[in-house]
Amino acid sequence: MSEREFNDDTVLVLAQGYRFQWEPAQNCNVLLYPEGMVKLNGGAGEIVKLISEKEQTVAEHIADLKAAFDGADLAEDVYLFLDEAYKNDWLRR
Amino acid sequence: MTGSEDKKPDRAVGSIGSAIGHVRDQIRQPLWLLAELTYACPLQCPYCSNPMDFSKIKSELTTEEWLTVFRQAREMGATQLGFSGGEPLMRKDLPVLIREARKMGFYTNLITSGVGMDADKVAEFKEAGLDHIQVSFQASSADLNNLIAGTDAFAHKIEMAKAVKANGYPMVLCFVTHRQNIEQVDEILDLAISLEADYVELATTQYYGWAMHNRDQLMPLKEQLVTAEATAHRYQEEQKGKMKIYYVVPDYYEERPKACMNGWGNVFLTVTPDGTALPCHAARELPGMGLPNVRNMSIDEIWNGSDDFNKYRGFDWMTEPCRSCDEKEKDFGGCRCQAYMLTGDASNTDPVCSKSPNRHLIDEAIEAGREEAAKSKVEQKALVFRNPKNSRIISAR
Repeated sequence: MSEREFNDDTVLVLAQGYRFQWEPAQNCNVLLYPEGMVKLNGGAGEIVKLISEKEQTVAEHIADLKAAFDGADLAEDVYLFLDEAYKNDWLRR
Repeated sequence: MTGSEDKKPDRAVGSIGSAIGHVRDQIRQPLWLLAELTYACPLQCPYCSNPMDFSKIKSELTTEEWLTVFRQAREMGATQLGFSGGEPLMRKDLPVLIREARKMGFYTNLITSGVGMDADKVAEFKEAGLDHIQVSFQASSADLNNLIAGTDAFAHKIEMAKAVKANGYPMVLCFVTHRQNIEQVDEILDLAISLEADYVELATTQYYGWAMHNRDQLMPLKEQLVTAEATAHRYQEEQKGKMKIYYVVPDYYEERPKACMNGWGNVFLTVTPDGTALPCHAARELPGMGLPNVRNMSIDEIWNGSDDFNKYRGFDWMTEPCRSCDEKEKDFGGCRCQAYMLTGDASNTDPVCSKSPNRHLIDEAIEAGREEAAKSKVEQKALVFRNPKNSRIISAR
């Protein structure tokens, strides 16, 4: 993943026009954007929730998530999701 | 109403289907609610997908009735709400509808020609919580745009597109393409670049309603499409990371039908100005429809219980070649309205499919377009514009 366009120090935000919310009817977190919707699974939902609430670096997000999930080593999973989300233009620098 | 709406649920669901974590739907939900607020429209586009007899419909839903529809659909899981028409700006209560819908948690989309909009209104909608404005253009140059729209609207549209951007909206431009403007794809995209559009949809005319009536005059030629596609792909490459360009090949030129509405009664719900609930905006023209109305049935009853919404759900209604086809879960047999309009039976395979015994009807329509295009200007049929006068004349026949 050498060509990744962000790293621990990058501040990622939701792309313009994207909105994160909890959907009771679908029982999951979603990202809404012009005329579309992405359903997020548990982990992805937690990451996007954090991004939508706190403007901070990737490393800080990872630290927060780590604290919330009993110190689990989840940096790799977070990056895996962020790569996908960034590639799909859900997130911007 | 742009005449190309039926791409939208596909796109919405395309994303849902590819969601990370593979959350799968067990139940059908009306995720996409298209609210056709009014049939009133200052434009007269001859490719409009509104019904030809729209002039007969007088009694529009009230503000309260619309809010009830929104509330009920939202409870059932609807997330996307499209304000369409006609021209939705013709409804004076639009700011109230936006505000309340947004409060309910909808992602609110305004699908507009921009006519009747001004910078104050754009700001007012923003304040009310509107999420997204899609401005539709008829062409890239003033002359053709105004000829097609039947009004002098081009300069104003440009101004509005700029106001949309200035208010912090993602700018989504929609150009409906057909034989008369498809050779301008590069000019259209240059215009989009100069307006700093974020998304450009090069939609293709879908032949329903007025567009079907004008099909011979609108049908693009094969060679036009080849050029347009190459141009679109070139711009897609150049604009990567800046502007997203959606280009779709018109279904008549495909070998397989579109997955219309992503399946009948699957994710998409249209409510027309008079409260009729439809599984797609063209379904009113199908025979034997009960046409349930939100004035006397709840969205739940309509979505889950009505004959109309259950009619073509699943696969049991299918005839051959769809019934035994291994691609039926991909395209759901195509479009019911197109099957009916062209073959006389809505349960037939969409004739776009090369496996359909009726494919020749599509090829003949393409050929008819070519013959029309080859005629001299005087011999060519005039476009019939969508307006109340023509609606009355045609529906009286």
